[in-house]
Amino acid sequence: MIIAVASGKGGTGKTTVAVNLALSIDNALLLDCDVEEPNDHLLIQPRINEKKPVYVTVPNIKEEKCTFCGDCAKFCKFNALFVAKGTIMVFPQLCTSCEGCKIVCKNDAIIYKTREIGEKISGISDDVELVFGQLNIGEPMAIPVIKAVKNAIFSEKKNNIIVDSPPGTTCPVIETVHGTDFVLLVTEPTPFGLHDLTIAVDAIKKLHVPFGVIINQADIGDLRVKDFCKKNSIPVLMEIPYNRKIAELYSIGKPFVKEMSEWKQKFKDLFKKIEGLVTI
Amino acid sequence: MKEITVISGKGGTGKTTITASFATLAKNTVTADCDVDAPDLHMLLHPKPFEVQDFIGPKLAMVDSKLCISCDLCQRACKFGAINNNKIDPIHCEGCGVCEIVCPEKAISLVDRVSGKAFLSKNKYGFMSHALLNPGDANSGKLVTLVRNNARKLAEKEKCNLILIDGSPGIGCPVIASVAGVNQALIVTEPTMSGIHDMKRVLKLLSHFNIPALVCINKYDLNQINTKKIEKHCSKNKIAVIGKILFDPIITKSMVAGKPIVAYSPNTEVSMAIKQMWKQLLSKLDFNS
Repeated sequence: MIIAVASGKGGTGKTTVAVNLALSIDNALLLDCDVEEPNDHLLIQPRINEKKPVYVTVPNIKEEKCTFCGDCAKFCKFNALFVAKGTIMVFPQLCTSCEGCKIVCKNDAIIYKTREIGEKISGISDDVELVFGQLNIGEPMAIPVIKAVKNAIFSEKKNNIIVDSPPGTTCPVIETVHGTDFVLLVTEPTPFGLHDLTIAVDAIKKLHVPFGVIINQADIGDLRVKDFCKKNSIPVLMEIPYNRKIAELYSIGKPFVKEMSEWKQKFKDLFKKIEGLVTI
Repeated sequence: MKEITVISGKGGTGKTTITASFATLAKNTVTADCDVDAPDLHMLLHPKPFEVQDFIGPKLAMVDSKLCISCDLCQRACKFGAINNNKIDPIHCEGCGVCEIVCPEKAISLVDRVSGKAFLSKNKYGFMSHALLNPGDANSGKLVTLVRNNARKLAEKEKCNLILIDGSPGIGCPVIASVAGVNQALIVTEPTMSGIHDMKRVLKLLSHFNIPALVCINKYDLNQINTKKIEKHCSKNKIAVIGKILFDPIITKSMVAGKPIVAYSPNTEVSMAIKQMWKQLLSKLDFNS
């Protein structure tokens, strides 16, 4: 079963939930798809066993064959190519690797080269296998690194897979959540939490993946998140109260199930609840 | 005219809370909410839009089933997995146009799609530019650029000399679009391992684009050892820490009341710290308060 942990609003506790859930079940594979700012490895502290660069393809112009006709630049929807009299320029960071420019080039002047944009790192600790991605600083596009991390679903052959998502509701989140069996939306009971949750719910519904909500810091703020979930028949699967000890453990990078064993059972129960919902 | 962006790296550190308070203290300022997938600033500043624009994001491929001969050439050529059984999946379609040119029957065309809305608004503190991307849609970087361009036009028209930008978490395309060319970035961080890790990455991003950085440590009393680590890192890299804000539940109360903290409770310690930070920020921008 593949469970994604997402949110909408940043800082609601996705990594807290993903890591503590992975540590509470047996034989888990934890994927950190927040490749812009990965944090799972700070809490899991894995022994790293592999680092692999992530590449994308970009056009490489064979200038001796190029007639500067400009067909490639006219075709490119992403402004990654610029052609003027006797000059052709490629803007690699704008390129989405659609490889359409090669198709439109009548002079066979375009080949592709690879460019490194990040890395995929694997490691293991406490029976949890962690695979995370790290986008190179200055690179705009997270998706190819997210795809590389998600490939571990097929290569690692584990049954219990937790996928930690980036914050937000747009393409990096969609790419992360796509193809998973269940989404846990982590929120906080504040106006910002509620507002961003409603946007996240609308985004997740488009993917037709079943979902439920976890309310973190459940005793701050107000009851509007709970009311929203009730009104929209969204199951609230866990509430984590604001707890100074949990906050302090997080601040020093310690997953709280390691020090507060009663929570290990709660996360095991959460996992069983999700299994029940997925098989419906 | 100067521009400043408030970012964080890690989500939930307090960017919007602090930007909203800055907006109440600022004069002759246009505020821009560049967190276009999950904008929250409007919940504290209550803008009233006077202009709404459609945001045209990536194009969308459409298959004319009357012309389609099910040759599957489009599916094989699509690098984004957006075509299945002659149907286009709008979630994955990037609008690249490869399917359109490989189709032997000219059965595929690209159409514009409205991926969100941009707003030009007024609130009780001044003017505001903001937007909302449709849930799940793409191209937030392009929409961020539109929000910033709208903010600049508003600032020119209303003779404002500062644009205050609320950014989004991360370091990718929308964040790059929100800091490109600004005069100053303020990083709001928190004294946790994740906060420190993410702050270091966003500092590298700003250095990569030659944007001067300042730091604010929010909830600093939650872990004084980590707060000292942040201060040490900043000092080593010659980055000024211009504010340290206490963790105070009154901030959540002000959010529930829909008010920036400096308006909700102006004399509380948090508000005084934010006001002090604003003064320092203005002096870094060479503005008189």
